Amino acid sequence: MSQTRFTKDHEWIRVEGDIATVGITAYAAEQLGDVVFVELPETGKSFKAGDEMAVVESVKAASEVYAPVSGEVAEVNDALEGEPQKVNEAPDTDGWFVKLKLSDTSQLDGLMDEAAYKQHIS
Amino acid sequence: MADAPLKTTPLHALHLELGGKMVPFGGYDMPVQYEGIMAEHLHCREKAGLFDVSHMGQARVTGDVSALEALITADLQALGAGEQKYTLLLNERGGIMDDLMVSRPDGDGVFVVVNAATKTNDFAHMRARFGDRATLTELDDRALLALQGPMAAEVLKAHAPKTAELVFMQTGWFQIDGVDVMASRSGYTGEDGFELSIPAADAESIARLLLADERVKPIGLGARDSLRLEAGLCLYGHDMDEDRTPVEASLLWAVAKSRRERADFPGADLILKQIADGPAQKRVGFALKDRAPAREGTEIAVDGETVGVVTSGGFGPTVGAPVAMGYVRADLARPGTAVDLMVRGKARPAEIAKMPFAPHRFHRG
Repeated sequence: MSQTRFTKDHEWIRVEGDIATVGITAYAAEQLGDVVFVELPETGKSFKAGDEMAVVESVKAASEVYAPVSGEVAEVNDALEGEPQKVNEAPDTDGWFVKLKLSDTSQLDGLMDEAAYKQHIS
Repeated sequence: MADAPLKTTPLHALHLELGGKMVPFGGYDMPVQYEGIMAEHLHCREKAGLFDVSHMGQARVTGDVSALEALITADLQALGAGEQKYTLLLNERGGIMDDLMVSRPDGDGVFVVVNAATKTNDFAHMRARFGDRATLTELDDRALLALQGPMAAEVLKAHAPKTAELVFMQTGWFQIDGVDVMASRSGYTGEDGFELSIPAADAESIARLLLADERVKPIGLGARDSLRLEAGLCLYGHDMDEDRTPVEASLLWAVAKSRRERADFPGADLILKQIADGPAQKRVGFALKDRAPAREGTEIAVDGETVGVVTSGGFGPTVGAPVAMGYVRADLARPGTAVDLMVRGKARPAEIAKMPFAPHRFHRG
């Protein structure tokens, strides 16, 4: 069964098999305000955990989105190009950013579970 | 100094009560937004918004006001009773120390409003140059509210009918709910509206009175910035500073013709030469071809060569696209000229655009 993990930088990651979907948390989306642009990486690009992977722009400012774990980009959410507001409307589902093919699933153990993340933002 | 405690305005408690998200700005703890920048921006363009701009510096200059005139670009002899002008405080190199409003709301000298971050320096500079010819009195016991938007005049008229008679850049004294308020028909959004100088003790009650009108919503600094950017208006310290002249900043309109003829403002020789020869760089607007906003500091390139820099940029909610302004080589300043904005190393196509991005809707009578 898939479980969602969280980073202290407010990304979420949900693993199914060796593919993980990554997005930003509802808390992060709320803090950013209205998202007007998302810059996504190219498919096939590899990232190490903690690398800057995407950029999310609100009316006010640009913020980096980091790779929660190492992996290769298998797919990006092209829908965000025309509808960046999906990040605000559905940060946990339709507003996902990237699907990563994981290179080291053990890195997931270093991330927070939902209870720990809730503690982190409270 | 970074740890100096933040100052608060007379509306601080009200901002918290209204759910304002507070941030440090110009040394003050100010609301960046309430419900959200996008919604607040669009509401102000559609109806009316109330801004707390009490962090700005208000002062009275009395005595021989030509002592003030010598430091700025306005013609104060031509500034009649009830009139207001946008003007620039210049250093000896013709660089812009601040932009400010100067007005004659009554017979008591002139009233000035300067930026929050520069007010201490501005007032010290003015006092030093005035000597005993003129007196500057800081009005730090007054709040400043801005009511902006197409319905601002109707809203204010209900409380102060005579304010409806003001046209853009006129000012005077009015009573609102029994309080003496200095109102000018001006603002920083490109919309019709007013700025209201109110005794600090009465500011909250007047703010509540205006907010009780369902057409009025509180607007934070975030939307104030996106509104002024769409209106093509400069933000001091970003779109102009001590190293930019009015010619470079495309603010020559704020240098009175009579002052140019008299060549009697700070840095006049340099500025008049720049008018004759043309500046090396000029402030322009940019229309972006794709959706990626170009922020302050973004390099501007043509054929891979750096030709300028973005000084303000973001998303324009009314325009529905990113908008930016900045400085480019003067030979590239013509509207329609194609440039690249280097956003995170990627060339994003843009062209030089006429400003404002959203049309001004001032009430010119």
